Amino acid sequence: MNGVHLRALEAVTRVRGLRGALLVAAADGIVVAESLMEGVDGHAMAALVASLAGRVRRVTAGAGLAAPSFLQLRAERGALLAMPAGPDLLLVALVDSDANLGLARLALMDAARVVA
Amino acid sequence: MSDDIRSMTTELAADARSLVFMELAEALRQRGQYAAAYKVARTGVGRYPELVAAHDLCARIQMDQDHVEAAFESWADALRLDPEHVGAHKGIAFLYYRAGDTVRAAEHLERAALGDPGDAGIRAALTRLGAVAPVAAAPDDDERGAEESAAFGEFDGSCAGVLLADINGLRLGGTIQSPDGRDASDAVAAQLAGVSREAARAVRLLDLGEWHSVAAESLDGSLHLLPPTDDTILLTVREPGVPSARLALVAERAATAARAWLERIG
Repeated sequence: MNGVHLRALEAVTRVRGLRGALLVAAADGIVVAESLMEGVDGHAMAALVASLAGRVRRVTAGAGLAAPSFLQLRAERGALLAMPAGPDLLLVALVDSDANLGLARLALMDAARVVA
Repeated sequence: MSDDIRSMTTELAADARSLVFMELAEALRQRGQYAAAYKVARTGVGRYPELVAAHDLCARIQMDQDHVEAAFESWADALRLDPEHVGAHKGIAFLYYRAGDTVRAAEHLERAALGDPGDAGIRAALTRLGAVAPVAAAPDDDERGAEESAAFGEFDGSCAGVLLADINGLRLGGTIQSPDGRDASDAVAAQLAGVSREAARAVRLLDLGEWHSVAAESLDGSLHLLPPTDDTILLTVREPGVPSARLALVAERAATAARAWLERIG
């Protein structure tokens, strides 16, 4: 695991309410680096978010828009956030329902700049 | 790797001819591991080329991977083995619809309806394609337009950029235009069902409860998706300067209006 990647992810997970962060290969959903709390299935999370990001990309393409620079799935008990970190990687975070999404998003942006 | 997948993988490794490959491939597909799912399903089809359900499973995985032509071939193989296979007819109907061939889409949906007369989704899709007269008399064009405007008009000062679709990827109302002025409504509606399924799958496997919304930002627009009802999905699109929380409020208002409209036309 790349030290730069790991430090970037650890900075993200310092945000209160963040249960984990991953770097994922966007093409196939494979985990490149991870910083996860116990009980979080990183491989499933990576595959699911990469697949969702692909689906949303098709929606934006159909609407004639550029590929997403930020993606957020909100649910009853938390949220998934994702953004590109360079051309081939996705930075993904799993947050609790009471986390500050604005702070989490800013942390992801900082980390994406480091990784890219 | 979950326990069930582990045990099925072990069983398949011990007996390569075991039919557990069907359940294993489906489980991998449900977890979003499409490459692994396809490998298992494809190997199984190689061992059981006469098994229609295996060809159907391959096609569904190929659709998840957006390998449209390959999915068409897999469903065509299924129909060669079983000309009345409902799943294959539904799948091919959707592909024809996406390609803009509503006549062939309707033909395949009608074959599917013969095989499963109780499937309300098939009948609803045929109604929207105009192949079947609706049970209740439809309002005339002016009345339908006024109802749709009431549901989709004047959100946040604009009636454009709101689209309601069903879970079969068919447009129910609203319009989406691309930045170059092209009507992108049907093309976008066809993709929304896939987003809804992926969101539902993600929250189920990560134990996050019900999904509420998917939001995305790009350089030239922001979008917000949410499910007004169990079998519809609403997309709201705005220019990039609109703050995400404001777009979420606009989308919630549109969803409330869409629910009311769906009940009126129900």
